[in-house]
Amino acid sequence: MIRFEQVSKRYPDGQEALRQLSFHIDAGEMLFLTGHSGAGKSTLLRLIALLERCSSGQVQVDGRNLAKVRREEIPEHRRKLGIIFQDHRLLPDRSVFDNVALPLLVAGCRSEETAKRVRAALDQVGLLHKEKSMPLSLSGGEQQRVGIARAVVARPALLLADEPTGNLDPELSNEIMDLFLRFNQVGVTVLIASHDVAIIRRMGKRVLVLDQGELTHDLAPGWSND
Amino acid sequence: MTRAGLRQHLDTASDSLRRLARQPLASLMTLAVIAITLALPAGLHLVLASANQLSHHWAGSGSLSTFLRAEVRPAEAEQLRAKLQGQEAIEQVELLSQEQALSEFSLYSGFDEALGLLEENPLPMVLLVRPRADLAQPDGMAQLLGQLRQEPLIEHVVVDLEWVKRLAAITETARRALLLLSLLLGLTVLLVIGNTIRLEIRTRQDEIIVVKLVGGSDAFVRRPFIYTGFWYGLFGGLGAWLLVVFAGALLQGPITELARLYQSDYQLGLLNLSSLGLLLLLGPLLGVLGAWSASGRHLRALEPE
Repeated sequence: MIRFEQVSKRYPDGQEALRQLSFHIDAGEMLFLTGHSGAGKSTLLRLIALLERCSSGQVQVDGRNLAKVRREEIPEHRRKLGIIFQDHRLLPDRSVFDNVALPLLVAGCRSEETAKRVRAALDQVGLLHKEKSMPLSLSGGEQQRVGIARAVVARPALLLADEPTGNLDPELSNEIMDLFLRFNQVGVTVLIASHDVAIIRRMGKRVLVLDQGELTHDLAPGWSND
Repeated sequence: MTRAGLRQHLDTASDSLRRLARQPLASLMTLAVIAITLALPAGLHLVLASANQLSHHWAGSGSLSTFLRAEVRPAEAEQLRAKLQGQEAIEQVELLSQEQALSEFSLYSGFDEALGLLEENPLPMVLLVRPRADLAQPDGMAQLLGQLRQEPLIEHVVVDLEWVKRLAAITETARRALLLLSLLLGLTVLLVIGNTIRLEIRTRQDEIIVVKLVGGSDAFVRRPFIYTGFWYGLFGGLGAWLLVVFAGALLQGPITELARLYQSDYQLGLLNLSSLGLLLLLGPLLGVLGAWSASGRHLRALEPE
């Protein structure tokens, strides 16, 4: 599903965010990306979502070399992913329903189909009864679940999450992780950047560890049982 | 376009309209600027078109006085009159005999006493030539003038061609000035709408970034702003039309009075339906163009971080 080959990312100010990164993620995998802040976790996710391009090396997603994706093809590429942010990135002046419907709207989905899918996504995250609420009237955990519903509503094959539990207490964090687990069980590839060691340990999934832009460990599933 | 696509366009258009209505004061002020800017050239065009019509009217009323040589006999004069009357460019020719010329002269000049002292009538016969109204432009007049001067029986032709030329030159200058003014004011509308759209993009920056993050194409992101420009242009054009009609109604009375004093049936033409159509076409066109140029640049610069 995702293949990094000798990927480096240098910023114009000379800072090296990623160095010679190589790894491979199979379709249907669920894994974590961890490391100190500034280790390059976010940059790695940004390369996959084409929010940035790598300086050297090659990033492949779903068999496609991202260097060959032209600027006007980027929206189409992003529609194949679901992205979840630490700060949710919901639109405060639109209802929960409209927020979740956004990816379907930009894809030109028919309105009956949209309504059906939005309700299904909200049902999956347990917020069907909140569809008319405004995002700011919801708790932090609920807002994050709306963000997840938005990420999965277009049924992408790949979910990227950047510190999805960063602002949540452990109980809510576990709920969120259980949601990701459920999506993974129906075949969605899930890549979560997190520095929450407790959660990563509890989940026992494959872990990529970054340190100062280098891949230092690639831990196989079940590593925490040892 | 698919039905879903069409529906999406309608949704976007009505959403843009709702956004304008949500900030009525700001929207109305922008609309007023656009309406006034469009109303200026439209109103001036109206005045100029009416003035043009008037100048035709005046030019057409001018006739040429041709003085015949002293030795021409009345029979020859009548022959010439008949010949000229038959010409296409000439509406009517009137022959003034020496006696008629003398009585008219003494009537209007106040020299009747002095004329009484003369032994014989010093005035020649006169042919009053009135050209056809549609040929009474400077070029047509000059041609006719040259032709009359070729006639051996004619001594001298008097025509006040200069003022016809001057009037035409003034009208032409005004027409060009108006064209230039219209271009500048059209550009103003483009800039006003472009600037409004730029501000709108800035206030909706976060939303635009989120839409791009979930895979919104450039065209999708741009669409609501294009519709905003369209609405500004449409309502601005409508406002301009109302302004011109209103100003026309205010001016109609005094102008009719002025025209009556000049014995003219001059009427300030009201902006008719076709000019309304033109304003309602031009307004949205400028709006869409302004929004298009502003949004292209600013939206491209807005990329998710």
